[in-house]
Amino acid sequence: MAVSTADELSEPLRWPADGVTRIPYRLYSDPEIYALEQQRIFRGPVWNFLCLEIDIPKAGDYKTSTVGEIPVIAARDENGDVHAMVNRCAHKGALVCLKEKGNAKLLTCIYHSWSFDLQGRLKGVAFRNGLQGKGGLPKDFDASQHSLEPLRVEVFCGLVFGTFSDATPTVEAYLGKPMAEFMTRNLSRPLKPLGMHSQIIHNNWKLYAENVRDSYHATLLHTFYTTFKINRLDMDGGIVLAEDKWHHISYAKRATFDEAPEYKRDQIHAANYDSKLAGPHLLDSWNEFDDGITHSIQAIFPNLAIQFTLNSLAVRFFVPRGIDKTELFWFYVGYEADNDEQTRMRVMQGNLTGASGLVSLEDGCINEFVQRGTRGSPDGMGLAEMGGREVESSAASRATEAAIRGFWTGYRKIMDFA
Amino acid sequence: MRGDRDVRTEIEDFITAYAHAIDDGALDGWPDYFTPEGIYQIITRETFEAGLPLGIMLCEGRGMMADRVQALRTANIYEAHSYCHLLGRSQISAQATDHYQARTNFNVIRTMQDGGSEMFAVGKYLDVIRVQDGRPLFQERRVILESRRVDILLVYPL
Repeated sequence: MAVSTADELSEPLRWPADGVTRIPYRLYSDPEIYALEQQRIFRGPVWNFLCLEIDIPKAGDYKTSTVGEIPVIAARDENGDVHAMVNRCAHKGALVCLKEKGNAKLLTCIYHSWSFDLQGRLKGVAFRNGLQGKGGLPKDFDASQHSLEPLRVEVFCGLVFGTFSDATPTVEAYLGKPMAEFMTRNLSRPLKPLGMHSQIIHNNWKLYAENVRDSYHATLLHTFYTTFKINRLDMDGGIVLAEDKWHHISYAKRATFDEAPEYKRDQIHAANYDSKLAGPHLLDSWNEFDDGITHSIQAIFPNLAIQFTLNSLAVRFFVPRGIDKTELFWFYVGYEADNDEQTRMRVMQGNLTGASGLVSLEDGCINEFVQRGTRGSPDGMGLAEMGGREVESSAASRATEAAIRGFWTGYRKIMDFA
Repeated sequence: MRGDRDVRTEIEDFITAYAHAIDDGALDGWPDYFTPEGIYQIITRETFEAGLPLGIMLCEGRGMMADRVQALRTANIYEAHSYCHLLGRSQISAQATDHYQARTNFNVIRTMQDGGSEMFAVGKYLDVIRVQDGRPLFQERRVILESRRVDILLVYPL
């Protein structure tokens, strides 16, 4: 699909008078809006997730990704500093890095052998001075004017973020205090990779952004826990919104209970998950934190989420691949300090989420059902009034769409949809 | 004493019957293709070759497999679809008496209710097979997916 850089819609979008409790279906299907998002969101004042820091641990390591649809490279230079740039040669516009991951001293475009250092600066042009005194670039060619297009980079809690905009504040300020603190809780220790896969979901990327913020659907669509009568003991929960509403945390806490001494010793509470499971070791787990939170998901605008389901820690990254196609990446991680038993439990709990997630595989198709259901009805709109019409944190209940209203609050603002 | 050809035929029949059972939706018997403590895993080639442990689906023991089947029948929600497995010829090597390793390429075509039949998964089975009481069983079946990317979701075992 052609991505236009036009800065306006041929038919302006007027948000319904009821505000973010109404979501125009047109937002999921209009190619002009999709193109405008590439400019206003992904090239705008947001921090885009690029990769995990452990993807590029050594000098010369690089990893490719996309910011919206824009191909990018994250690389670590010889001094250990991380840089990011558009993966587009300053000459003809070809991809510079073809491999998803690699290690190099110079990034060289295969088309005409122009090479760039790990900061993206043009270092070499083939036949720059021509052959036998003929041809070559003009004498006044200024290589310093032909770097790869840079992104500003920040590493926060092991995540590499990039932004095209000078207006984006620091990552910590972008997240706000509650979001930054919770990310620090989950990701500030040295991480180790456990496995990765992705899913193609046939829906607009914003439907998944809503889905991860939709705490209302969790027990309705996802019935694994109730089917197997898994006594979760984690009844309390709530929603925390960032001050600007763009990001959120949804959490569930286990109720207080007296642990049997043997489990207390090992910090394993599998026995507390009574169930009808024939293979109950699926839920072997331990208490990693003192705050009692057993399940959480944190969504970071625009297209990142971090899950902590029991001990299953994963970074979910959902990338637009077209108006009605999204690639959802699952990067499962543990901590460097984990022992074998803890790793085993994290690996086993990997069954709960992902493309085959016992608890949540429905999310692979449910957003597509909205995409298909709203086809041909661009003037219709979705409803988000559960839990009220406010866009506020909810300590009392997760039966709320507050975080969805939060996403659309941020979206309206950055897209300038009055 | 049985000859190599008999063993090959027996193992190939076993691997074929497994695939046909899944294609037929006969999933209640799926755990019985494994030893009681058998391991079943679906993992991407990228993750597997990096030596990392966490794939897409993992069952340790028949109980977890039975839970998977019950979940996909009663808990999980997805659009109706069916599989058709196409298998390549197996490469089989004997490790010890009644203990074999096998590698078999597969291609799974998924048919959705709208009538579309498309290639859903391609890869190889890496099997550890035990012959117990004259019957082969998977002690381990690792399903290595060529692609890291799953279309929509993966709910039926491969």
